[in-house]
Amino acid sequence: MTPLLRRLRQDLFATPADGLVTVLLLALIGAGGFAVLHWALGQAQWAVIRANSTLFAVGRYPLDQQWRLWLLTALLAAATGLSWGMLRSHPRPDRGGSLWPRNDWMAVGMVALLSLALPSLLGLALPLQLRWWAIAALLLLLRWLAGRFGPLLPAPLKRCLPLGLPLLYLLGMVLIGGGLALEPVSPSQWGGLMLTLLESSFAILLCFPLGVLLALGRRSDLPLLRWGSVVYIEFFRGAPLITLLFLGQNMLGFLLPGGVAPERVWRAAWVLTLFAAAYLAEAVRSGLAAVPRGQLEAARSLGLSTPQAFTTVVLPQALRVALPSMVGQFISLLQDTTLLSLIGLMELLGTARTVMANPAFLGRNAEVYFTLAVLFWCCCAALGLGSRALERRLNPSTLA
Amino acid sequence: MTSSVSPARTDAAPMIEACAVQKWYPNGFHALRGVDLTVQRGEVVVIMGPSGSGKSTFLRTFNALEDFQQGSICVDGIVLSDDLRQIDAIRQEVGMVFQQFNLFPHLTVLENLTLAPVLVRKRPKAEVEQQARALLRRVGIAEQSDKYPGQLSGGQQQRVAIARSLCMEPRIMLFDEPTSALDPEMVREVLEVMRGLAADGMTMVVVTHEVHFAREVATRVVLMADGEKVEEAPPEQFFTNPTQERSKRFLDQILISNP
Repeated sequence: MTPLLRRLRQDLFATPADGLVTVLLLALIGAGGFAVLHWALGQAQWAVIRANSTLFAVGRYPLDQQWRLWLLTALLAAATGLSWGMLRSHPRPDRGGSLWPRNDWMAVGMVALLSLALPSLLGLALPLQLRWWAIAALLLLLRWLAGRFGPLLPAPLKRCLPLGLPLLYLLGMVLIGGGLALEPVSPSQWGGLMLTLLESSFAILLCFPLGVLLALGRRSDLPLLRWGSVVYIEFFRGAPLITLLFLGQNMLGFLLPGGVAPERVWRAAWVLTLFAAAYLAEAVRSGLAAVPRGQLEAARSLGLSTPQAFTTVVLPQALRVALPSMVGQFISLLQDTTLLSLIGLMELLGTARTVMANPAFLGRNAEVYFTLAVLFWCCCAALGLGSRALERRLNPSTLA
Repeated sequence: MTSSVSPARTDAAPMIEACAVQKWYPNGFHALRGVDLTVQRGEVVVIMGPSGSGKSTFLRTFNALEDFQQGSICVDGIVLSDDLRQIDAIRQEVGMVFQQFNLFPHLTVLENLTLAPVLVRKRPKAEVEQQARALLRRVGIAEQSDKYPGQLSGGQQQRVAIARSLCMEPRIMLFDEPTSALDPEMVREVLEVMRGLAADGMTMVVVTHEVHFAREVATRVVLMADGEKVEEAPPEQFFTNPTQERSKRFLDQILISNP
């Protein structure tokens, strides 16, 4: 027997019971997989996705302004490639990092495959296909350049690079919404995957600092701060998100200063943020509880002020502990954006419902929902993979 | 030691002067019942006593890790009060070594040492790193500076903790049972470092059960029991001819396990 066969036998057929379980599971997987494939390749009519791919991507964004979104996509791809390469070219000093680990080659393969196959599967016009290829090529080129020449950049410039990410986010907002000499595009015309990502990234970015402050407030010695945080957290955790969303549409106009949330899109984004912050605060609190009291005492006895002790000693340890549950919150936040369709926003699910309501695509629900599920699965998988990589990078105790 | 040559404010004044310190815990427990202690510059005072006697609590009042309700404490000419700036000023002058080391596990050994001097004293990083490496050499772990605390043995961790305190160039060092959490074979390497420190003239207050250390190094030994100071005497007199009945009982007990 070859080693492979021997291992298969050991793992899968060690005892008769093992063998039976293996055969049954294989049969189940085979039958299920065959059924899905049979449906996807034989019965499903994917025309509904092909015909509406732009709608799913960006909603009813004006055609003549869509170059702004292409530009934004290209910028995001460039930023991704750049930070990916910079990360790889600066391995932590304490572990042997390779510039091109095997996982990276798999990622490169996936980017290449997706950019080549997906546009043609969606039946995009050739110029559009070419744009996707160019964007993928830009990402990979910058990955290579940053990995190769990143270490040669002067140190002050390298320190400033992370500042580019918030700037890019603001620039993205301007590109999408208009302003600064760009023609304004009303939020009611935003939609599809773009709106889903916009709402969830806005909420994720803002709920993080808010959640950390709430968690610290809940452990504060100042009674007013502590009780304020408790009331906030319990209020937002005690009500269903959909209720809060409806409430927000009606109330937020009064509560927030004028101009902050004039549009339904922004009101919903704020509700999502405030809601997620309450859950995030609980995740951070569990992280804070995991840091021994002696850490704060040691920091304070060295002369660090309380804010210094928290930012350099307590929070880095607490956030590392809380990271998996925080990412869990982010993932459910991303999925919760589907509720926005109930208050009339055209995010992915809202778009899907208008497409399915179109008489031309009657009865194509399965195809639409299947696509939606795959899209969400991809986003959540990306978040999960990112968090696991971050955890490995942050955790020196895996060495001990 | 660099700190011993730094100019003292008033050389004659005591380093620590604690008068009639009283402390109640929030649950009503009377932990310190009017304790006095004066520590002169360059002295090594060892505080002994059974567990629950308040010796650690007393030590921790010196850098305001514990508050107290009555009495007064004056450290290096600064009166301990609720004023936060005064507390921060005192903590910069007072180094503290804990039973559980309390190293920062997410930072390397070198970063553990340089964090406070760079952040609090605003000293240039390169200069602090040089000093930190010298201190690590002095406590005998120069080659571990890029490791994380979790990769070191208990004795090595405690020596890093001592070096971390020294890197702030304190004028006084407090030790809260520094060897109690260590395996027996590692106790010696830590005590060795502390001996060297005392020989260099560092003012030290040490809560410990190590009789040999107290005998050889201490200038005075203090016995505490039930939140009170029972006896205060030079080590020879304390160990051979204690005046109080309570001291004799305590010595009988620890000398059986610690001949």
